[in-house]
Amino acid sequence: MVQSLNRLKESPSQTAGPYVHIGLTPNFCGIPGVFEKDLGTDMVNDKTMGERITVRARVLDGTGAPLRDALIEIWQADAAGLYNSPTEIRGAADPNFTGWGRKATDMVSGECLFETIKPGRVPYKPGVLMAPHITFWIVARGINLGLQTRMYFADEEQANADDPVLARIEHRSRVPTLIAARLDDVYVFDIHLQGDKETVFFDI
Amino acid sequence: MSIDPKPNRQPEIGAFFQRDRSWHPPAFTPGYKTSVLRSPQKALLSLDNTISEITGPVFGHDMLGELDNDLIHNFAKPGESAIGERIIVYGRVLDERGKGVPGALLEFWQANAGGRYRHKKEGYIAALDPNFGGCGRTITDEDGSYAFRSIKPGPYPWPNGVNDWRPAHIHFSVFGHGFAQRLITQMYFEGDPLIWLCPIVRTIPDRAAVETLIAALDMQATIPMDARAYKFDIVLRGRRSSVFENRLEGN
Ligand SMILES: [Fe+2]
Repeated sequence: MVQSLNRLKESPSQTAGPYVHIGLTPNFCGIPGVFEKDLGTDMVNDKTMGERITVRARVLDGTGAPLRDALIEIWQADAAGLYNSPTEIRGAADPNFTGWGRKATDMVSGECLFETIKPGRVPYKPGVLMAPHITFWIVARGINLGLQTRMYFADEEQANADDPVLARIEHRSRVPTLIAARLDDVYVFDIHLQGDKETVFFDI
Repeated sequence: MSIDPKPNRQPEIGAFFQRDRSWHPPAFTPGYKTSVLRSPQKALLSLDNTISEITGPVFGHDMLGELDNDLIHNFAKPGESAIGERIIVYGRVLDERGKGVPGALLEFWQANAGGRYRHKKEGYIAALDPNFGGCGRTITDEDGSYAFRSIKPGPYPWPNGVNDWRPAHIHFSVFGHGFAQRLITQMYFEGDPLIWLCPIVRTIPDRAAVETLIAALDMQATIPMDARAYKFDIVLRGRRSSVFENRLEGN
């Protein structure tokens, strides 16, 4: 025998199920009055610095059908590349930007819209920057453990080419699964759970 | 969202321990049919946390309403209360190092005492309780502890096999201090025979892992003539010490 490391195991995940909205977006699903507003609805206000953008996201299953019962959370840096988090020790982020958003996908179209700003670049390690990106976390009925991925921006070609995380993707044909196309000021990001276009998900 | 200033507490900024994916349910679990077309099939891209995962949103106690942690009353008409077995659920949020996680936002949702959810896609014939909404939230104290009041949810049938029933359970969503710790899970109740029959529980490969999701009846924490108590601790990923690592300061 040797000494115990006294570590605990992480609580195992269980699916968010079909009724995740009751807990996380109750006003969206017809339970008003318990919480004033669904958390994560507003990321920006009229004082937020940076370029306003809309992210239109969908999650598609193995048949190509959009999930109409998914919930997506996003997390991103502010326009200067700082996170609004106590763990951010490089400086104070824009107090008018939360950096975190949460949306249920529409029960008919399967789409959800995040009104946000384009994030600045953040370091990968000292002296190496990552391309601007938004971290995604996806849960739904049938997803046993929340899926982690990232959205990059199609109009950041050079930064994307230099990005050390994208560089880690062995099969280069899969890199575009993480890059959102731009239509005016809307970035369109389809997350494919399976198939030829399966999104690169992260173990991170 | 607001951030609690805690000037006397230096934030920990290390990367999180690698997730033990053999302890969690795999994505593809055909006994739970919905997972079949919703499970990624390609290998995940494994990499160490970057600042994008080490950081995360933090929520202040000032966002909480008085009844947010009381599901018996937070949807009920004034002077009325939800129907069902009155319970207190309490416990701590810890990390894998055994440290309490302060300031962790917990959100929970559940069916009513008859096993019926208040949701437009819910088709079970059991009655709605006009005084029960089914959602609540709280934030952990300095030592990671939390508590809320509710009624014990009922088991319910669901379309998977022709006769599959969910054991009584409460769904939990947990934020720690980094976005990589984000977790959703479910709490089950000691002594429920449906636990071991449930296809969703059985997505977890290891029986010992399932047992960590079963709350213990705690007769020492009950309130006599009011409510029974169940203890449910939640463990989030631990952080590596960053003492010996290069910091990102000044970049
Ligand atoms: Fe449930």
